[in-house]
Amino acid sequence: MYVIVVGGGKVGYYLTRTLLSEGREVTLVEKEQERVSRLTAEFGENVLLGDGCEVRVMEEAGMKRADCVVAVTGHDEDNIVVCQMARRHFGVPRQIARVNNPENETIFHLLGIGETVASTRIIYSLIDQEVGTGESLLLAALKRGKIVIVTLDLTADSPAAGRMVKDIYLPGECVLAAIVRNDHILLPSGTTQLESGDTVIAVAEPDSQHVLRDALVGARPSRAG
Amino acid sequence: MRVVVLGCGRVGSTLAAILSREGHHVAVIDRDQSAFDKAAQRLGPSFTQETVRGIGIDEDVLRQAGIEEADAFISVTSGDNTNIVAAQIAQQRFHVPKVLARVYDPIRAEAYREAGVQTICTTAISTGLFHDLVLDRQLRSIQEYLEVIAAHPDGVDQRPGAGD
Repeated sequence: MYVIVVGGGKVGYYLTRTLLSEGREVTLVEKEQERVSRLTAEFGENVLLGDGCEVRVMEEAGMKRADCVVAVTGHDEDNIVVCQMARRHFGVPRQIARVNNPENETIFHLLGIGETVASTRIIYSLIDQEVGTGESLLLAALKRGKIVIVTLDLTADSPAAGRMVKDIYLPGECVLAAIVRNDHILLPSGTTQLESGDTVIAVAEPDSQHVLRDALVGARPSRAG
Repeated sequence: MRVVVLGCGRVGSTLAAILSREGHHVAVIDRDQSAFDKAAQRLGPSFTQETVRGIGIDEDVLRQAGIEEADAFISVTSGDNTNIVAAQIAQQRFHVPKVLARVYDPIRAEAYREAGVQTICTTAISTGLFHDLVLDRQLRSIQEYLEVIAAHPDGVDQRPGAGD
């Protein structure tokens, strides 16, 4: 698999390093000479100096045979144009774009870029987790951060302890996927009674996490407070 | 006619002033207040009916400039990609009937023209003009300049008789 990464900032750097360490063929395109010198010192000939929005540079990078282009510059309009040109002009089958301003995410989708990574939103949701949700821990973010998998540890003080699943109010955007009790996995049904010491694994939309947390382990002031 | 112009540089502000003088309603968007100040100094404070400060690919900014009622949208910022993306938003999100974008890069201009965005490559036009003027040749149509440069962005013009 041949991947072209456009944008040699922090995201581009770490992405390239990771892909190379997995043995993949990668070209990193960056337009600032100074950055290119630093990047070349580490990645050698996998770095190309040039504006990744320019067709000539795209050709030189081998866009025609690329399996995937990843646009991770700090400018959303540049990322959009890189992906559109890669698809329309070079027929690259897969384009992934970084969204810098989370409000622009709908524009990316409107303009035909299906795969986006809104790092600001994902990081915000991680911070929100850490600060606001006490015992809730994020395991994974799916669908570009629109779905999260979290775990919640129940204590004797938790409102859900001693209650059956069917008696706990949960918004429709939350699903209790599994309960870990004494190192065993239980599949919850309506009549499963939750106990202190249980770890609940739930799948939820990020906005409903607070309701989920309140219902299972109770509201809790932030760590700073 | 209601026109939204993105980019208050020389082209954007002068175009706004001409359209305003002809009785059209023009709103000009720029991210930089000083662009409006400079235009007002150059063209007089009434060069446009409306100025909106903000990023041109921000839908709220475009709405504020009246894009929902606009008959035309023209993006002439100094950034090709900003112009291309803003023009596509005007077209696809707001269904503005007439959308024009300046794109300096001839290849990108051609690629997006093929994709249905009306792009104006001023590089191709002025290069073509200078080329013909310096050789005392007869001037060609704008369309021809756009096509010649788009077909030969590396400068190699292979038309019969070219480069004599």
